[in-house]
Amino acid sequence: MRLTVLFFASLREALGCDREVVVLPETVTTLGELRQWLASRGGVWAEALAPGRAVRAALDQAMAGPEVALHEGAEVAFFPPVTGG
Amino acid sequence: MPVRVQYEDFDLSAEVAALRAGRAQVGAVACFVGTVRDINQGTGVSTLTLEHYPGMTEKALEAIVKAAQERWALDDVLVIHRIGALAPLDQIVLVAVTSAHRGEAMAACEFVIDWLKTDAPFWKKEVTPKGERWVDARESDEAAAARWGGR
Repeated sequence: MRLTVLFFASLREALGCDREVVVLPETVTTLGELRQWLASRGGVWAEALAPGRAVRAALDQAMAGPEVALHEGAEVAFFPPVTGG
Repeated sequence: MPVRVQYEDFDLSAEVAALRAGRAQVGAVACFVGTVRDINQGTGVSTLTLEHYPGMTEKALEAIVKAAQERWALDDVLVIHRIGALAPLDQIVLVAVTSAHRGEAMAACEFVIDWLKTDAPFWKKEVTPKGERWVDARESDEAAAARWGGR
């Protein structure tokens, strides 16, 4: 499965990456699994996406939980809790 | 149901005048304006930069406005949120709600800003004498949104 992953705010800065197209192994099918897969790269990825860190996610520009299924061509985003207003 | 994300400042009087122009059924206008403080968590703030998620931001704001319109009898809702570099005293956000009666306008205005705080993808970064820092989300914001029992 091929999809686009976006990163925002402090997460973008920690990872040094704002956008990446990834090709996932078949074992990665949900948002939570994608986060784990990215964290398994180690280094800043393991640190910024560690299970205890407050990271929110969106699938196709709507907030989504870790159990939500991914699909081909999806736009996924990971970011810290929002602070607008 | 206009929703705008913009670098430019806004004029409260002009926006409210446009929102209720020709709408004689409107008997109440409730507005919230959020502004930049010069101090946050005990430290002086000289600049605030607002980042957002283009595309999702507009969808999130429209969804919040739609939820408010389903919940109360409203005439119209306007949300303007600024992005980019701001300074203390600057305006950040405007929520304006028109309705026949004050109760609905005031409740809906509070509902929209409460949900905006937890659901709209904006992030604030402050410049302080100690350097730059991303603003942490507040648990009190989650609690403020939660008291509406979902949107």
